[in-house]
Order: sequence, then C-alpha cells, then structure tokens
Amino acid sequence: MRREHIEKSAAQIAADVRSGRVSAAEIVEETLAHVDLIDGAIGSYLTVIADFARAAAVRVDERIRSGEQLALAGVPLAVKDNMCVDGTRTTCGSKILEHWIAPYTATAVARMLDAGAIAIGKANCDEFAMGSSCENSGLGVTRNPYDPARVPGGSSGGSAAAVAAYEAAIGLGSDTGGSIREPGAFCNLVAFKPTYGSVSRYGLIAFASSLDQIGPLTRTVEDAALAYDAMAGYDPMDATSIDRPVEATATALREDLRGLRVGIVREFDTKALGPDLDEIYRQAYADLERLGAEPVEVSLPTADYGVATYYLIAPAECSSNLARFDGVRYGLRVEADDVRAMYDRTRAAGFGPEVKRRILIGTYALSSGYYDAYYVRAQKARTLIARDFARAFEQCDLIACPAASCPAFEFGAKSDPYSMYLMDYYTIPMSLAGLPALSVPCGWTTPGGGSVPMPIGLQLCAPLFGEKLLLGAAHAYERATNHATARQPVLEGVHA
Amino acid sequence: MGSEAIDIRYVAKLAALALTDQEVETFGRQLNDLLEHVNALSQLDTASVPATAQVVESRNVMREDTPRPCLGRERVLAEAPQRQGGFFRVPRIIAE
Repeated sequence: MRREHIEKSAAQIAADVRSGRVSAAEIVEETLAHVDLIDGAIGSYLTVIADFARAAAVRVDERIRSGEQLALAGVPLAVKDNMCVDGTRTTCGSKILEHWIAPYTATAVARMLDAGAIAIGKANCDEFAMGSSCENSGLGVTRNPYDPARVPGGSSGGSAAAVAAYEAAIGLGSDTGGSIREPGAFCNLVAFKPTYGSVSRYGLIAFASSLDQIGPLTRTVEDAALAYDAMAGYDPMDATSIDRPVEATATALREDLRGLRVGIVREFDTKALGPDLDEIYRQAYADLERLGAEPVEVSLPTADYGVATYYLIAPAECSSNLARFDGVRYGLRVEADDVRAMYDRTRAAGFGPEVKRRILIGTYALSSGYYDAYYVRAQKARTLIARDFARAFEQCDLIACPAASCPAFEFGAKSDPYSMYLMDYYTIPMSLAGLPALSVPCGWTTPGGGSVPMPIGLQLCAPLFGEKLLLGAAHAYERATNHATARQPVLEGVHA
Repeated sequence: MGSEAIDIRYVAKLAALALTDQEVETFGRQLNDLLEHVNALSQLDTASVPATAQVVESRNVMREDTPRPCLGRERVLAEAPQRQGGFFRVPRIIAE
C-alpha cells in the first residue's frame, strides 16, 4: 500500500497542498484508500464520509488556487462521533443515536474545516464519552494500532487510533476526565486538552458540561498547536466559551526549557507504577532538566481525591444532560401505551451499561436528601483541588507527571467499573481545575512479559490559559527525545 | 455522607430507566461499591470551602431579543421518531 503523503505531519501536508506539490483531492483519495484497506481491522471510524470529504477537497483546492493561505489545507481529520457534522450520522457511540443525522456542525469542527482540514469520518468512542478504553461503545470495536490485542484507550479511542494508523493527521477528541490524554498516551500521540472554555462546546453533545473540552490528537506537537490555533476562541453559541484574545501557539514553539521551573508532584510517586514506568518517568524528568528546566518539588495534597470528586460531579451532570434522550424529538423510540413507559423503555433499550450506571449514580447524588452530602461536597472538594494547583503554580511554571498509570491494556482487562475509573487518576485533577494539559510520548514498555512494545505518555500541565507555554515546552521535549518516531504501528497484514 | 444502600429501583424511576431484575442486582452492587470509594471525601474538611460549579469565571450572556434564523421546522422534525403535521407525536399523556 502506497502511503506517500498521509504519514506526514499535518503541518507538512498543509505546506505541500499550499505549495501545489499535491492537491487536497489527492490527499483525500490516498486517505480513503488506506482507510478502506485497514479500517476493517482497526475500527477507528463508525462512519466514513467519503462523499463529504471529496466535495470538501474540491473546495479546498479551489481556495488554494484563488490564493488563500489555509493553515490546515488538505489535512485529513477524524472527528469524534460526539461532535455534530451537518448532514452526517452522529451517534456518540450509542444505540440511542445510532441513526441520528446532525442538522448543524459543531463550531470546533467548522473552524477546522474553514482552515482547510477535511473530515474523513466520524470516529468511534466510548458511549457518550464515558469510558477509558473504547470498550463501552455500543456500535463498534476499535483496536490499538500498536497491538490489536489491546485497547486504544478512551473515550476518544477512535480518533486516537485513526491518527496513529495514518487514517487522519489530526483527530478531534473531547476530554472530560482524561478522554483525550489517556488514548493519546496509549496510541503514541500528542494529546491536548486546552483550558476549559477556550474551545467552543457548541455542537459537542454534552456529557458533563463543566468539564467537557474539545482538543486535538496529533502525531506532533506542532500539529496540536496548529489545530488549537484554528479551533480556539470565543463563540457566542457557547455561553461558557471564554471571551479573551487567543495567543497563537504554533509560532511560539520552543527548542529548550531554559528559565522554566517544572514541578514534580510529591504525591505522584512513580515507583508505584512499577520499575519500567518508574525508569521511563525518571528519565523524562531528567530530560526536562537537561533541556534547561529547573525541577521543583510541588505538592497536590488533595489530588488523591480527584477520582472520588469526579465520579460524583461528572455523573450528576451526565444524568441531567442525558435526560434529553427520551424518544420524543430524536433518536431511538421504543413504543408503549403511555408516555412514561415509552421514556423508561426507550432509555433502557438505547443506553449501554456504563451510561446507565452513571445516570443512576448522578441521579442519586442529586436526589433529595443526598444533594448536600454528595454533590455539594464534591464541588467543595473541587475547590480544594483547584487551590492545590494554584499554590503549586506559585512555585513552578509547568507540572510534569504521568498521563496514565499503565500502557494500553488488553480487551476485557478492566471489567470492574472502578478499576476502569482509576485509569484517569492522573488526568482527572487537571480536568476538575479546568487546566490545560497534554500527553506527549516519553518512552516504550513491553507489558505483561509480551513481545510488543507499547507507548507511554508524559503529562505536562500549565496554569489556566497557559497554552503557549505548554505547547512550546512540549515541543522542546519532543524535539530532544523523539520517542514517538522510534516505532511504527502494526499496519501491514492487518487487512480485514 | 450517606451510609445506607441505594434504593436502586427508586433512583431508576427518577432517572426514567426501566431496569431488569438482573440490572437492579448488578447496578445496585456496583453503585454501592462506588459510594464506598466516594465516601473518602468525608475525610476532607470542607466546612468553610465554597463550592465550585465552574472553574473559569463565567457570566450571564445577554443579547438583544430579536428574531434570528434558526433550524427550520422540517429539518428538526425530520429526526422525530413520530410526527403529526408540525408536531412531535407522543403517546397519550392526559387521560380522557
């Protein structure tokens, strides 16, 4: 299989299209042929929108010919299937929306398309973005392109797998408690959750509104910066969108970390992750120092309460947001004689087990008599966690820590719900505090005595609106270490 | 924080979810397990701590109350499981 263009970075593809070396139409055809060949085995996409992509390529090529300088000209894009694209099926990985056609396009997607990116398909995800392995999708299985026996992570697992397997150069994901960063770490990608409110949520089907944030999954830091620069900024259609000037990040990438203080979190002892990961993270922290950063020990004493806090706040918001799926206006309906039975049966048939669990726990936490004990207490714990970060950032400019506690695991390995919830132990605190954070590849480990090396991610976190510093520093680390390019995904011989 | 077991059937009714007996048993056990974990929050002294609903300061968004283009009725009704004329059709709500 010829992959002349699509293994290149988004930045390189866009430069080639702008210079006329290759057309957007050629990029799209090469991508579609590749998807056709391998996606039966990987399962990144729930829906491939070939006609939509070809029509978009024609328009991008016209705009290039008319002299427009498009930052993402011809860049193949995977869109997580919880974001609306006008006229395309948008399922959230759920049977309740299996046949729903979105009547408008999410702002973040529209901005990417306007910058010249071309949506190739809608990517699989855990149902309504609830999960850390993609195994909770009600509509398909997605495999890790580095080892098909392992999960891609989640919930943005389809977007991650698509980018890792060259089925797209940029994947759009959404991160509520780690749903961009964890699959990014599992699939050898740069995976970036911006500051809460910096990218519009309009057209992102809501899971937990105070936490949900859209961001990119890419093969390079520069690509993440280009995607952020295209998407970020105020949107009057999202009342929580932040109205402040966006600092361009792609033009502020750094080559060293001189003058920066990097906080290492005392409570996140990497010895607990086993000798392999401990060694990888110690090396990563040493590399940051080698690049000129000054290491500083910081403390996040309440971060350990993050998972407990999150599993009250996120389900509470989910139970409220998902009340709209009742069989009346869109999606699945199971008929019944009275309206109440119609609601109950529609939701019973349409939602999978994890979504039901979260609706139930959230409904309980918000119910009369328990609201103060659970929901309000969790919101107070959230304040304490945010204050911990604020104190830490008085001593440092960035925080470095693991992105996940293990590499990608095998299907079925986390059958107990709470063991899956703990996958987001290192990413949830930043989400609760609204902070920008990313995962960047930092090494490889061979889990479980197997023979297939799997990628590990280093998480970097900045203060609110610290995107420029965060991406700049990640770029310096990526350039100096080059972990991502050390290995290739297993794509030969996986044809369905 | 609460210590009694969840009345899962009551919560399911509030959540408009029909559950099988098997689900009542499984979810009941799993949710009680989860509550054991989240009860760790009672170790935190939160007496004088304000609750955080939104981490980034937000404010009311106002606009002029003037008509603007929106999704057309046909476009919206096209996705309805059942419709009648210009309306969503649902089972009878009010008894005769």
